[in-house]
Amino acid sequence: MLKILKYSFFDLVRSRWSYVYFLFYLLLSSVLLFLNNDLSNTIITLLNVVIVLVPLIGTIFGVMYYYDSQEFTELLLAQPIKRQSIFLGQFLGVATSLSLSVLLGLGIPFALYGLFESNVIFDFLILIAVAVFLSFIFSALAFNIALSNTNKIKGFGYAILLWLFLAVIYDGAFLIALIYFQDYPLDQFTLVATLFNPIDLSRILILLKLDISALLGYTGAIFKDFFGTLTGSLVSLGVLALWVVFPLWRMLHVAKKKDF
Amino acid sequence: MKLYLFIFCFAVTLLNGYSQNRTIEVCANNCEFSSIQKAVDAAKSGDSIFIKKGVYKEHDIFINKKSLHLFGEEGSIVDIDNKGYGIKVEASDFSIASLTIKNVEVSYTSDYAAIYLYRCNNFKLKNITLKKAFFGFLIEKSKHGIVENNNISGVGKSEASSGNAIHLWDSKELIVRQNKVYNMRDGIYIEFGSNNVFENNFSHDNMRYGLHFMFSNDNRYSYNTFQNNSAGVAVMFSKRIQMNNNVFKKNWGTASYGLLLKEISDGEIYHNTFENNTTGITADGSTRITYRENDFINNGYAVKFVGGSYQNNFSRNNFLYNNFDLSYSGGLNDNSFDKNYWSDYTGYDLDKDGYGDVPYRPVKLFSYLVNETPESIILLRSLFIDIINFSEKVTPVFTPKNLTDQQPLMREVQW
Amino acid sequence: MVEFKDIHKNFGKNEVLTGINLKIQKGKTTAILGPNGSGKTTLIKILLGMCHSSKGDILVGESNTRNNWSYRKNIDYLPQIANFPGNIKVKEIIAMIKDLRHQKTRDTELIDYFELEPYLNTKLSHLSGGYKQKVNLVLSLMFDSPFVILDEPTSGLDPLSLIKLKDLLKKEQDNGKTILITSHIMSFVEEISDHISFILDGKVYFDGSIDDLKSTTGETDFEYAIANLLKHNHA
Repeated sequence: MLKILKYSFFDLVRSRWSYVYFLFYLLLSSVLLFLNNDLSNTIITLLNVVIVLVPLIGTIFGVMYYYDSQEFTELLLAQPIKRQSIFLGQFLGVATSLSLSVLLGLGIPFALYGLFESNVIFDFLILIAVAVFLSFIFSALAFNIALSNTNKIKGFGYAILLWLFLAVIYDGAFLIALIYFQDYPLDQFTLVATLFNPIDLSRILILLKLDISALLGYTGAIFKDFFGTLTGSLVSLGVLALWVVFPLWRMLHVAKKKDF
Repeated sequence: MKLYLFIFCFAVTLLNGYSQNRTIEVCANNCEFSSIQKAVDAAKSGDSIFIKKGVYKEHDIFINKKSLHLFGEEGSIVDIDNKGYGIKVEASDFSIASLTIKNVEVSYTSDYAAIYLYRCNNFKLKNITLKKAFFGFLIEKSKHGIVENNNISGVGKSEASSGNAIHLWDSKELIVRQNKVYNMRDGIYIEFGSNNVFENNFSHDNMRYGLHFMFSNDNRYSYNTFQNNSAGVAVMFSKRIQMNNNVFKKNWGTASYGLLLKEISDGEIYHNTFENNTTGITADGSTRITYRENDFINNGYAVKFVGGSYQNNFSRNNFLYNNFDLSYSGGLNDNSFDKNYWSDYTGYDLDKDGYGDVPYRPVKLFSYLVNETPESIILLRSLFIDIINFSEKVTPVFTPKNLTDQQPLMREVQW
Repeated sequence: MVEFKDIHKNFGKNEVLTGINLKIQKGKTTAILGPNGSGKTTLIKILLGMCHSSKGDILVGESNTRNNWSYRKNIDYLPQIANFPGNIKVKEIIAMIKDLRHQKTRDTELIDYFELEPYLNTKLSHLSGGYKQKVNLVLSLMFDSPFVILDEPTSGLDPLSLIKLKDLLKKEQDNGKTILITSHIMSFVEEISDHISFILDGKVYFDGSIDDLKSTTGETDFEYAIANLLKHNHA
C-alpha cells in the first residue's frame, strides 16, 4: 500500500493541478496577510475560503484522479497486490497531496510573517487541521462516488451535487428548520445539526476559537460550553474522523466487490 | 495627669485660635499628630493637613462641616484594613489630594467607599490613588466639585462583590476628568445627576460599564476612552446627553457593546470612534438622537436597533469593515441614514458628485434573520448565507424596503 | 494448472458466462476464442480476480482465486487496452511495476528486443498505439512468470513487431510456459496455440486441439473451421 501511496502521491505532486492549487493558497494567504496586516483577520477570511474550496477541490480532484487513473488501476489490479492496498494507497495519495498543498500554501506565508512568535498559532493549527480533515473527508467521498459510477459525467455530477448539498443546501435546510421551529428550544438541534455536516462542524470549530465567536451570542455560548470541554473536543474530532473512516470503509467494501 | 492633659488641650485650642489657615502635619513620629482623624478633629475650617509619608491604619475618618485641605506626599497611605469607609466628608470648600487609600471593606449591605462625600459643595479630589477599592469615590447630593487625575482600581471578582470607581448620586455640576478607573464594577456611575462633565477619563477592564448614566439629564462626556469593559458606556433613562470625541474600543464579549442607549432622547453623538466592539452601539428605545461623523471600525455589529427607536438620524458616519453594519428590528420608524460612508458599498458614482448612484442597504438579510431567530447566527460565514445576502441585496424581500442610504458617500468622511 | 469450475457471471440481468468448465494444461498454449462479447475478457478478468464470478471457483495450481491475491505472483498479464497514466515516462512505469512486484525481471532484455530504448524517456501519452502495446508487452512479460495471459496481444502491432512477438512466444513455449491468449487474428492463433477453447453463449462450446477442431467441423482451413462453429450454432 505504501508503494501505491508513494506513486499516487508523486504522480499528483508533479501534476499541474497540485501546483495551481498550492500556488492559489500561497498567493491568497500572502495577499491577505499583506492587505490585512493582521493574522487573526486573515485566518477568518481564510476560513471562508477553506471551508468552501477545500471540499470542492477535494471532491473534484478525487473524482478526477480516480477516473484518470482507471486504466492504471486495472493494470495494478492484475498485479499481485491486495485490492484494498491499491485503493487505500490511491486515496491516501490524493488526500495527502491535497493536504500538503493547503498546508504549504497557507503555512509558508504565515511562517514568514511570524506565525511562530504570534499567539494565533493555535488558531492557525486548527485551521490547518480542519483543512486536512476536509481534504481527507471529501476525497474519500469522491472515491466512493467514482467507484459507484462508471459513467464519468454522472460521477462528476454527483460529486458537485454532494459538495453543493453539504456546503450550501444543508445550511439552507438548516436555516429553514430553525425559522420554522423558532418557538421551540433549538439549542440541542443546532448542536446536532452542526455535528452532522463536516463543513459546518469545521466552520464552527474555527469560529469558536476566534474572537468573532462573541458574535455568536447566547447560541455561541452553548456551543462553547460543549466544544470547549474535553468531551466536546473528542466528540467533534471523533465525528470528523468518522466522516473519514465511514466513507473509507464503504470505499474498500465497494472496491472489494466491484468488477473491473 | 488629668490636669496636664487639660492644660495641653487648652493650649492647643488657644494656639489654633490665634493662627489663621495653618498647616497641620501628621506623621508617625515627631509630628503634631500621628492620627489623621485627630488632626481633622483639631483642625479648623481653612486649615491644611499635610499627611506625611507613612502608612496610616485608619478608617471612617470624618470631616464634619470643616473646610479642610488634606494632602499627602508620595508614600502617604491610608490603609482602611477592610474596616468600612476611608474618609467621610460632609462639608464645603475643601480638598483632598495626593493620597493613597487602600483596602476598602467589601460589603453586600453597605456601600463602603474610600472617600464618601455627602452634601458637599466646591470641593476637589485630586491625584488620589485608590487600591483595592470597593467603592472609590461615593459622592451624594453634592455639587460644584472637581474630581481630577485620580487612579482608582479594585480587585472584585464579580459584579456583586465590587463597586463603582466614581459613583455620583443626585449630584450636579461636577467635573470629572483625567481619571483612570479600572477593575471595578462601573468605572463611573451617575444617577439623578445633571450638568456634569466627564472628560479625558480612561475607563478600562471594568466588569460592567465604563461609564453609566441612570436618570441623569443634560450631561456631557467627551474625549474619554472606554476599553475592554463588559460594555463601554450605558446611557439609560436620560435626556440630552452629549457624547463626543470618545473612543470605545475592544469592548468584546458575548453580551458586550461599546455604547448602550436605553430609553433616552435628544442626545448628540459625534466624533466618536467605535472600534473592535462586539456591538458598537445598541439602541433600545432611543429617540431623536443625531449620530454625526463617528467612525465604526471592525465591530461585530456597528449599530443595533433593538426596538422602539424613533427619529434618529445618521449622517456622515464611517462604517468600516464591520461584520454587520446594522441590525434592525421592526419598521423604519422615521429613522434615517443619509450620506454615510459604508465600506461594504459596491455601487458606483457616474456623475462624480461624491455620492453613490445606487442606494445602499445597510441591513443584510442575515442580520435580519438573526434578529428573528437568534440561533441562526450559527450559520455565520456559511456560503449559503453569502448567497442569500447577495440575492437579498439584489432584490430585497425581507429587509425593510425604505431602510436605505440614498446618498452613500464614495469616500471616507474626514472629521 | 488452471481449472475453471462452473463459472457463472452476470452483469445485472445480462448473463455473460453460464457455467464455464475448462482446464488449462500446464506447458501448453491455449487460445480462448469466441465472437465479440462472448465473455473472453470477462473470463480472464475473473481468473485474475479483477471480476468476481457470480458462481463457481477457479483453481490456479492448488489455490482457489477467491479472496486471494498471492497467486498472481506467478502470472504475467497483458491487458487488452493499455492506457497508462499519461504524465509519466516509459522507464518510470517499468521501474514502478518492478518496484511494486519486487520480483526478478528481464526488462532490459525485452526493451532491447522490442527496440524501445529510444523511447524510455518519452511520456506515455506521447507514444503511438503500437509502441504503447510494446510497453504493455514489456511490462507484462518482464517477470518471466510460468503462466502468461495475453488479451489481444497483437493489437496495434505492425507486421514486423508481430513476427517478433510470435518468435518471442515460441521461445516461451520452448521454455515450458503455460500461455493463455485471446485474439481475433486467426492466423496468429493457429500458429501459436496448441489448444482451442471456443466460448459461445456463456459456455465452452468447443474444447480441443486445432486438429480436433478441423476434424470436428470438417474444414481444412482454421478460419473456416471457426466460422463453421459459429454457423452451426445459428443453424
